[in-house]
Amino acid sequence: MNAAAMIHPLVALALAPLLPGVINRVKAFFAGRTGPPLLQAYIDLWKLFRKGAVYSRTTTWVFRAGPLVNFACLLAALVLVPLGRVPAAVSFAGDLVLLAYLLGLGRFATVAAALDTGSSFEGMGASREVQFAVFAEPALLIGLAALARHAQSLSLSPIYGGLSAAAWAGALPMVCLLGTGLFVLFLAENCRIPVDDPNTHLELTMIHEVMVLDHGSVDLGFVLWGSYLKLWVLGALWVGLVLPGSSGQPALDLVAGVAGLLGLAVLTGIVESVTARVRLLRVPQLLVGAGVLCTLGLLLTFR
Amino acid sequence: MPLQGVYLFGLLFGALIVLAGSGLGALWAGRRSERLAVALGAGGAVVACAAGLVVAMASLVVRFDKVAALPWSMPYGQFQLGLDPLSAFFLIPLFVLSGLAAVYAIGYFRPWAGRNPGRFWFFYNMLVVGMALVLTARNGVLFLVAWEVMSLASFFLVVFDEGDVGARDAGWTYLVATHIGTAFLIALFLLLGRAGGSQDFAAYAAPAGWTGGLFLMALIGFGTKAGLFPLHVWLPEAHPAAPSPVSAVMSGVMIKTGIYGIVRMLAILEKVPGWCGWLVLGVGAVSGILGVLFALAQHDLKRLLAYHSVENIGIIALGIGLGMLGVHYGVPALAALGFAGGLLHVLNHALFKGLLFLGAGAVAHATGTRNIERLGGLLKRMPWTGAAFLAGAVAICGLPPFNGFASEFLIYLGAYRTILGHGLLAAGGLAVVVSLALIGGLAVACFTKAFGIVFLGEPRSPAAIGAHEADATMRWPMAILATLCLGIGLAAGAVVRLLAPAVAQLAGPAAMVDAPSPMIPSVVGLLLLALIALVWGLAVLRRRMLVGRPVRETVTWDCGYAAPAVRMQYTATGYAQPLTHGANSILRPHMDTQLPDGIYPASASFESHTPDMAREKLFAPLFERAAGWLGRLRWLQQGRVHFYILYIVVVLMVLLAWAVRS
Repeated sequence: MNAAAMIHPLVALALAPLLPGVINRVKAFFAGRTGPPLLQAYIDLWKLFRKGAVYSRTTTWVFRAGPLVNFACLLAALVLVPLGRVPAAVSFAGDLVLLAYLLGLGRFATVAAALDTGSSFEGMGASREVQFAVFAEPALLIGLAALARHAQSLSLSPIYGGLSAAAWAGALPMVCLLGTGLFVLFLAENCRIPVDDPNTHLELTMIHEVMVLDHGSVDLGFVLWGSYLKLWVLGALWVGLVLPGSSGQPALDLVAGVAGLLGLAVLTGIVESVTARVRLLRVPQLLVGAGVLCTLGLLLTFR
Repeated sequence: MPLQGVYLFGLLFGALIVLAGSGLGALWAGRRSERLAVALGAGGAVVACAAGLVVAMASLVVRFDKVAALPWSMPYGQFQLGLDPLSAFFLIPLFVLSGLAAVYAIGYFRPWAGRNPGRFWFFYNMLVVGMALVLTARNGVLFLVAWEVMSLASFFLVVFDEGDVGARDAGWTYLVATHIGTAFLIALFLLLGRAGGSQDFAAYAAPAGWTGGLFLMALIGFGTKAGLFPLHVWLPEAHPAAPSPVSAVMSGVMIKTGIYGIVRMLAILEKVPGWCGWLVLGVGAVSGILGVLFALAQHDLKRLLAYHSVENIGIIALGIGLGMLGVHYGVPALAALGFAGGLLHVLNHALFKGLLFLGAGAVAHATGTRNIERLGGLLKRMPWTGAAFLAGAVAICGLPPFNGFASEFLIYLGAYRTILGHGLLAAGGLAVVVSLALIGGLAVACFTKAFGIVFLGEPRSPAAIGAHEADATMRWPMAILATLCLGIGLAAGAVVRLLAPAVAQLAGPAAMVDAPSPMIPSVVGLLLLALIALVWGLAVLRRRMLVGRPVRETVTWDCGYAAPAVRMQYTATGYAQPLTHGANSILRPHMDTQLPDGIYPASASFESHTPDMAREKLFAPLFERAAGWLGRLRWLQQGRVHFYILYIVVVLMVLLAWAVRS
């Protein structure tokens, strides 16, 4: 274990709010706008963390626990996920299952908090969130199975550590298929276009944003920060796949990983600028498509 | 026999005698004094379960493996009880849950005063005796007798509310289903006993070439009790109809006797053909996915939970199937992981499903309805029950830090290991991973619905508004079960070590050497502990941050609409609709829609009901046809007693002639 692995979670906590900033700047560039400042997410968090709170009378402790449990799950996930060639702080056989299920627990907490408000909007968002998760989870676990098979290991750090430039070139078709599949999952799980539009204010079309309508102040701060961390965690799984080779120096690897994530943010911004949101009924098809790509990637490893 | 054995068997026999005796005592006292009957029945059950738990734990820890025989004047029968790690492991959830459900039943039946509790306690305690005997019997005849005691006692408990027509129908379905299963078991035991020359388990032998067929019979016979798809039809009928403590015991432990039967048969048959493992795996995947899918479409809270039992039995079968494939293909580590996951899930499911049924019972008790659509906002009115139910809901979804995660983790680990390898086995592993992931996602959808609609939001009916918290005898069992769920989740590594001897019995001793050690690394427990500490720390942090700032309460944001009403909340049906609609071709719900009509629409209604697929498409036509055929023999049924006596005499004469001939 190296020092880069230990400080990766802290780096993620500090730099994750940069990702939405990059995405929004790219979108602004495509739209010909100036766009919000790059550090807008930091400003928002700072503002929210200094506010007083308003809670609905309908809600209980479940509502208040939701953002905290979700945030804690993502912090725990940061400890398990390697970034590029930087290994995870904690690594054991089967950690990929724990990672997927920690994200599941975070989802459960968010959905329960949404239902606690008794609002039909939030119920609607919650219903959609759990529906899409049914299709997204198998796809993620199959994609990780393909990588596990390629590296002959059941732990994320050796899996991603084993993807050297030579191995990468040797398995290029698999990398392409998985890269596409995991990218779709990254967009879907983080509620980006083409699955969900984080900018819309029409509740009927939203998924994640509508679930957190009633959260404010510190709670909303944790919700937003948590969503940035989720971008980071799922992005790291993708960056590790597409970044070939290691520099051999942990610090440099960490910088490369962060650069990869920023690149992913640019790519996300481009996708959001040039594609439209698909109809809600089509989202499962998109996710099943991602699952098929991951399965094809897995099949390629059986040659 | 060494002293240790005398103590263990003595205590076990003592527990069984106390159970049977206190049950009989309660029956006797029932008409005289209700308090005495409850004290006798519940007291006996709790004391005996505590003693039984000591026996089970002790014999598992010391890896005790002995058989004790008592004289019994039954032909072919011998009163042989055995304790080995496998039996001891299954006895643990039995005694834990039965004891706690007995305490719960005290409070549960309080409003039923004047209805003779003696009968309940007699059948309840006999059910526990029957299950304990099934798990320890080492003789086929004794096993079948115990099996019948268990089935009949549970039948009488299902129909306990004799005024309820639904319960009587459910009881009838159950009685038919369980005896079809028993018929297969009788045939199975006869064949095994014939080849082995004795009805003792130790002597059982499979006729050459019959192993696969015999296992299939065991899978049907025991699978009916366990609730494997499509043999599960009795389960969603009987579990909701039974009183809640009985539902908890039936779903938590009684259906596990079916799993016990299957794995005991594996130990007896020793070598089953490879296709048996694939069959168990396939049946497990189908049970798991269809179980949770049908659960998602239910409005009755207990019926929903009953379908989740089908799902969880499917998960257990996935683990056992992987274990069988590991044994067959000679992959010891896979055998160990599969059987360990399956067995641990037996224990885990007993705890969280018991907890959920007790919680559902408390809800039904407080509101008088099990219809999810009429509930809501109960967490404020029933904080204890709600918190316990939430723990059970997170656990059953297989989410950390609760126990459901630990067993699913082991099965995942086994499945992923096969994917690293080659050949057909890898395809099986992939199927398990996909099934488990799909089941997990659907279970989250189903339990956010069950918990969210029942306990969160605003009450949807006057019954829900007037709900009250359950009393202490009902609260404590739920609290203890929730704590156990969390404890096993955090200390999963240690629990897996404890059940290692039982796993070794199925996977072979070599498997334990080959398996990853420890199977669940201790860092998982530490990480989950850190997760809990982190949530707590964040809560403290938030409280600190909000000090000195205004914290107000208001209404839920209503989108500017001035008159939000309770009925505008999302319903359970609406919540599940995106998923159930996609599965319409499987679920085939009956829907009755009355659209608003006219200029001033007066009324509109929507009803949906999802009948069981196997019942509608498989068993109903089958039984109708059978009834048609058998109807031709109806002339034999005269309804006059002397004709029946004549039949008996004729049969006896024929038998006598046959006996004399040979």
